[in-house]
Amino acid sequence: MAHHAPAQSTHVGEIPKPNVGWIWKTFFVLVGITALEFVFVFLMDPSTLRNSIFIVLTIFKAFFIVAEFMHLKHETKGLIWSVLIPMALLVWLLVALVTEGNAIHNAIY
Amino acid sequence: MSTISTTQVISDSALDKPRTGTWDGGNEPFNASYGKLMMWFFLLSDAFTFAAFLTTYGLIRHRYAAYDPAVNGAFHFSTKWWPVPDKVFNAFPGMGHADVPLGFVALMTMILIFSSVTMVLAVEAGHRMDKKDVQKWLLWTILFGATFLSSQAWEWSHFIHGTEKGTLMNDGTVFHGANLAMNQYGPVLFADLFFFITGFHGTHVFSGVCLLVWCFIATTNGTFEKRGHYEMVEKIGLYWHFVDLVWVFVFTFFYLV
Repeated sequence: MAHHAPAQSTHVGEIPKPNVGWIWKTFFVLVGITALEFVFVFLMDPSTLRNSIFIVLTIFKAFFIVAEFMHLKHETKGLIWSVLIPMALLVWLLVALVTEGNAIHNAIY
Repeated sequence: MSTISTTQVISDSALDKPRTGTWDGGNEPFNASYGKLMMWFFLLSDAFTFAAFLTTYGLIRHRYAAYDPAVNGAFHFSTKWWPVPDKVFNAFPGMGHADVPLGFVALMTMILIFSSVTMVLAVEAGHRMDKKDVQKWLLWTILFGATFLSSQAWEWSHFIHGTEKGTLMNDGTVFHGANLAMNQYGPVLFADLFFFITGFHGTHVFSGVCLLVWCFIATTNGTFEKRGHYEMVEKIGLYWHFVDLVWVFVFTFFYLV
């Protein structure tokens, strides 16, 4: 369990100083992106472009949470891919079913 | 003990050399413990469940007509079109009838993001074996988690009771608020999806708070200190960040789009 050991070597019973700069940096990025989303909600009329902007910003936020907070960026490549590859199937499902929803809509109206 | 020395004698032969490749056993190919890996794969399966909910939302939303100001006039609730989120979620506790579009949900989002930060701080303190800091940050995380849950309870209560004006239904009566069979905001499925998606997410937050409370008690009792590592805090942290991650998507697809 070497990866649980503190980064710098210290004497027994001594607690190393916290290393939290990166945590607050990630926090401000997340808050900034959320604020940007609100700017778009109020300054732009609903459109496909606005929705695309929201989706891109959401993926940015998801990246920062998963990569930094969940530490996935610092895991092995094998773990990263075994989490990410199955997610690609979900994108396919989403596109397929939204298309289906549009088809039902067109059949009704 | 004698077997070891025997092995050492014959290990010169290439055939009997122990296999030491990444996948030959005896080590952790992903450099993560069993518990952490299983948490990752559980979260992957949970992501599929939430994705199924949000995909269903996408399908059903596209199946209904969108509100179009050019055709439908000034916005009002109707079962004929999908409601605009900023018109449904525009109330703020203690502000009466003031129109605060998405104000409360913005606050809830901030609370959850902040709880994620205090969670990482707890994990970081665990790496340093700093019991006091772990306790402190776990308590903050529990506090923010409980605040988020209370906010959601308020949001649900407001959604269920509805506005004073209500909506004139097809049978000529005025209906206020929402349940699984009827709602004043739009198509029946709008309220159903609201209850199921935010409800399933809220259940996850609730489970997370329970785990955090248990974790806080174990930290206080010194369980992890005796064990020599705070990996349990890390595993619960993964779950907690996942709940925050899901909220990021629910927020976009339910409230913004």
